[in-house]
Amino acid sequence: MLELVSPAGTPASLKAAVQAGADTVYCGLRDETNARNFPGLNFSATELAEGVDFAHRHGSRVLLAINTFARAGAGIAWRSAVDIAAQYGADAIVVADIAVLDYAAQTYPEMRLHLSVQAAAGTPEAIEFYASRFGVRRVVLPRTLSIPEIRTLKNEVAVEIEVFAFGGLCVMIEGKCDLSSFVTGRSPNLSGVCSPAECVTYSKDGNERSARLSGLTIQREQTGKPVGYPTICKGKFRDGNSVGHVFEDPVSLNTVELLPDLIDAGVTALKIEGRQRGKAYVEQVTREFRTAIDAVTSGTGTCDHAGLKSLAEGHRSTTGAFRKSWR
Amino acid sequence: MAIEASKIELSLGPVYFNWSPQKLEDFYDRIANEAPIARVHIGEIVCGKRSPLNAGALARSAERLRQAGKTVVWSGLIAPVNKRERGMIRDLIATGDEIEVNEMGGMIHLKGQPFTAGPFLNLYNENALALMARLGCTRWCARVELPLNSIRTMARALPTLGTELFGFGRLPLAHSGRCYHARQHGLTKDSCQYVCDRDPDGASIETLDGEPLLAYNGVQTLSHSLQVCSMNAKALSEAGVCALRLSPHDIDMVAVAEAFRDHLDGKLDSEAFVSRLVGYLPGWPISNGYLSGRAGREWVAI
Repeated sequence: MLELVSPAGTPASLKAAVQAGADTVYCGLRDETNARNFPGLNFSATELAEGVDFAHRHGSRVLLAINTFARAGAGIAWRSAVDIAAQYGADAIVVADIAVLDYAAQTYPEMRLHLSVQAAAGTPEAIEFYASRFGVRRVVLPRTLSIPEIRTLKNEVAVEIEVFAFGGLCVMIEGKCDLSSFVTGRSPNLSGVCSPAECVTYSKDGNERSARLSGLTIQREQTGKPVGYPTICKGKFRDGNSVGHVFEDPVSLNTVELLPDLIDAGVTALKIEGRQRGKAYVEQVTREFRTAIDAVTSGTGTCDHAGLKSLAEGHRSTTGAFRKSWR
Repeated sequence: MAIEASKIELSLGPVYFNWSPQKLEDFYDRIANEAPIARVHIGEIVCGKRSPLNAGALARSAERLRQAGKTVVWSGLIAPVNKRERGMIRDLIATGDEIEVNEMGGMIHLKGQPFTAGPFLNLYNENALALMARLGCTRWCARVELPLNSIRTMARALPTLGTELFGFGRLPLAHSGRCYHARQHGLTKDSCQYVCDRDPDGASIETLDGEPLLAYNGVQTLSHSLQVCSMNAKALSEAGVCALRLSPHDIDMVAVAEAFRDHLDGKLDSEAFVSRLVGYLPGWPISNGYLSGRAGREWVAI
């Protein structure tokens, strides 16, 4: 049984995901303790409590993402987020910082801990460290491992494995990427954002359109072609005489065709990226994946997932590092 | 506990680039003989595929550095990807030499031995650092994006730990499963032909406006600009910093180290120091924005 883990940036998305068939929904509090710290997004403690109640009544679970690193001297906000998760009955918390893990393990020994992808634990040894020291029960794997590598890893660790299945694709090892702070001053680990929207500008010059991040032009297309969001790792750069996407094209991850292989490799849960996306998106992706997982697990074969293709960034998708040739 | 200003040391970080065995040995020979550097971090930390090529040269260099009175610290891989690579940190720990851990997996092989927490571990606050100290960490190098305010808070909370600051060099910004040298040469990581050896300081790339911004080095992405910490010894001491880490480049690193030493010893003021240092660089810009909590690429007067 493969668990479907859907994102919820708002209470409305949480309800939509549950009703569309998510086994689990993850969300964050409205502060810097979570890695989608965007204006107009996320949950108050009361909204979390209501969300947990709604999900539980429909047989789903709620994870609270407390997945940024506590700022030096300001750890109280992160400890308070752990307290809120415990008080309002979140089914688990998703944590990256060893200080936050330590606090949760000491204060709430019965709380279920998931290791965030931001912790960058991609080896059996790293996972064993987190499992033995803090009692971590599940690890969200970095998006750098191929399916055979995931299978091997699963055989060496005693914790559950969760992988990213759909949505934004980090090309770099998450939790070890400072590209955004180098350009904008803000990054996932420092502030819960990557290439933040307030640093982005678009312009039209003649028959070209450009996108800039903090004044640096890293996307440019002829009018009529879509201009990608200027995330640094998906940007266009000049390398010698050539211009192109040095790190990755503006594509997103879609693993729907790999579901049987992921199940076979011992993956417990599939995570849909996108707490910053709207309710309609969350609902549609959740429904598509619910149908696909049910088709694979009941042996009725795969179906046409054209709906997912239209939801991919620039309508282009990749299976990323799950296929070794990506490297 | 403030560090006595005159005691602030220089340390040398590991070489990030694919230098030939001969080039590595020549480089460390000069460091051993001429550089005012106390601690030298050595080891292949970027790409485990390179390790078989440079292991012999690094072992000979370590011996050479030790004979010259340097403290040698073996630095572990940032992201081991297979069984052989995962075993490398365990083997380094078994030597009994000083160790720098750059990946959490290394922690399970430590049985209370003292170790340095490298700048690739996610230690962002005093509680995380205190936990590492309980596990045997005696020294740490701050992650490059940490502002000085955070470093100060952490260093003051753990006054018995040595605190290092990334003082010089292209900033290591990101690490990937994908090799960009291979990708840009139409190859894959598995068939890379070690083309990263063509760029001894990484390959710089420009924005579409022609501004050099980043540099790729195999699976690693660095800044194009070089971080330069021009804080004087008194300011560093006040922040709890005991050493500045210099990251090796294919330039005269002995001259770079001497300039830092003269600045820390008060023989050069910060302005004279920066202008002398820039003279050793082949036109590369310098930056220090991270230290004051700004974008890392900026240069801010401090």
